[in-house]
Amino acid sequence: MRKYILKRLLIMILLLIGMSFIVFASLYIAPGDPATMVAGPSATEQDIANVRASLGLDKPFMVQYLIYLRRLVTLDLGTSYTSRQPILNEILVRLPHTLNLACAAMIISVFIGIPFGIITALHKDSVIDNVLTTSSLILLSIPNFLLGVMLMYFFAVRHQWLPVGGMEHAFWTREGFREALLPAFALATGTMASFIRLGRSSMLDVLQSDYIRTAKSKGLKRGVIIFVHAFRNALIPLVTQFGTSFGGLLGGAIITEQVFVINGIGTYLINAIRNYNYPVVQSTVIIIAAMFIIINLIVDILYCVIDPRIKLEG
Amino acid sequence: MNEVKRTNPFRTAFEKLLKNKLAVVCLIILIAEIIMVIFAPQITSYSYSDQDPSIRLRPGFWAQWTEVTDPDAPGYNPKNQYVPGHYLGTDAFGRDVFSRLLYGGRVSLLVGFFSTMLGLVLGVICGLLAAFYPKLDNIIMRIMDLLFAFPSILLAMLIIAMLGINIVNTAIAIAIWSIPSFARMVRGKALQVKEEDYIMATRSLGARDSRILFVHIMKNCLPTIIVIATMRMASSLISISTLSYLGMGVVPPQPEWGDMISAAKEQMWNRPSLIFVPGLAVMITVICFNILGDKLRDILDPSLKD
Repeated sequence: MRKYILKRLLIMILLLIGMSFIVFASLYIAPGDPATMVAGPSATEQDIANVRASLGLDKPFMVQYLIYLRRLVTLDLGTSYTSRQPILNEILVRLPHTLNLACAAMIISVFIGIPFGIITALHKDSVIDNVLTTSSLILLSIPNFLLGVMLMYFFAVRHQWLPVGGMEHAFWTREGFREALLPAFALATGTMASFIRLGRSSMLDVLQSDYIRTAKSKGLKRGVIIFVHAFRNALIPLVTQFGTSFGGLLGGAIITEQVFVINGIGTYLINAIRNYNYPVVQSTVIIIAAMFIIINLIVDILYCVIDPRIKLEG
Repeated sequence: MNEVKRTNPFRTAFEKLLKNKLAVVCLIILIAEIIMVIFAPQITSYSYSDQDPSIRLRPGFWAQWTEVTDPDAPGYNPKNQYVPGHYLGTDAFGRDVFSRLLYGGRVSLLVGFFSTMLGLVLGVICGLLAAFYPKLDNIIMRIMDLLFAFPSILLAMLIIAMLGINIVNTAIAIAIWSIPSFARMVRGKALQVKEEDYIMATRSLGARDSRILFVHIMKNCLPTIIVIATMRMASSLISISTLSYLGMGVVPPQPEWGDMISAAKEQMWNRPSLIFVPGLAVMITVICFNILGDKLRDILDPSLKD
């Protein structure tokens, strides 16, 4: 167990280092001189040269990367070109909005996706099964932003049942729930569809296993077999899906935030890309991707706690 | 002497595909779309960028039935009248929506095709090399893992941030983003094919590595590649329209479906059809590619199902 966790931790650290390298290198190549940007429009040649020296921009590439890595470890993400504020603070203000949206979407996908997945498995090849499988294919074919815009039109413009945009409150509060409904649903569809599909196949696997046959031959009621014996085991593969999905939701939130005008890190990132605000692009990409990697690690560890059959040395 | 009937496996697969009604419908829709997009200048007489302020935000042909058309009747609104010739209405600048849809489709389909092809070529090369040379395997696949560690279209966004916003860069970004999915699938398939007897036979006949790899192994991976490419085409189209929606695709006045939706969002209160026209175009195209991919998978490589 400990060996497994250590191995996973090591892989995670390597991934994080590799990722920071990709992000650093890609923006190192990008056009534009950071020193001129930091020094501001009214800076003289000398000012720019001073800034360049103070930021270490006159050093070779690898040295710059190591300096960057050292600053990353201490969570010093630099300053934004446009606002001249520390990026970490700006991200910390916006991150809760993004997490709020992603968590709401996760709850929707779990509580709709898994039950529907199980229903389709129990009624394999029936009308319900076909309808749900087809509609999940269609849902997957609608880009998130388009679904968001269409939901917004029907529920907030045509019928003014829900607010048009913005998400200022936590989704579990009354006000926040109304605000979260549309964006969270628009964001959740992809994840929901994958939960339906995975829930279906994993339930089908479990239903064909020996212990379910034993339970049936003991004469247990169908309800008991499904909810006590099968359901718990069918959930195991879904745990891994949970990790990847949450990362996907964080990435997808970038788009949904734009549609519903939510001031999260997605909006922050997109504005930074448009304004060539490279330090902000670097930091937000790293923060989002790092959260993705760390959540996957946690889920992997949880996975082997839940299911002792998994070989830890793998 | 027994005659061995030679069959082309791809022809048989294609014949099987034609027996599936849904797949045929999708194929017809896509071919019709491609023809319309290619012959856009012949089909529509309006350019995509000509503005006519006198007919801003007009509805399409449906207004003939849904609106009051008699100028003397109560409820008549001249601004809600259909302008003959502008089949799908006009946008906020008085530009013809039908022309923008066709010319926008050019961009979407072309970028989708090229980014998928570029991703395919690079991904297949990576996958084949990784499967064939165990030494390269670890390096290539770890790089792929790294590319996979960026959730959603974050990687594409990073590449666009690096290269600058324009449509060619968008295509490159989407291509790079799709490399890992091709590489992983092809590697898996190639590892199986590599163990087959005929590869051993070819080797014992003295074939060079490159010939074994790019002729024999790749030929047998082709069904898998076709299936993944069709499905990737669907996700590429989603990514292009998404990136354009976010303002990281085309440069105005060049139309693109996602960009049209983004502009239409401002007019949601006045003219919602501006959203639904390009929206339906994206949806239908993506659904067709997804269904085709699904059916091709069932025919060519059912093992990909899980």
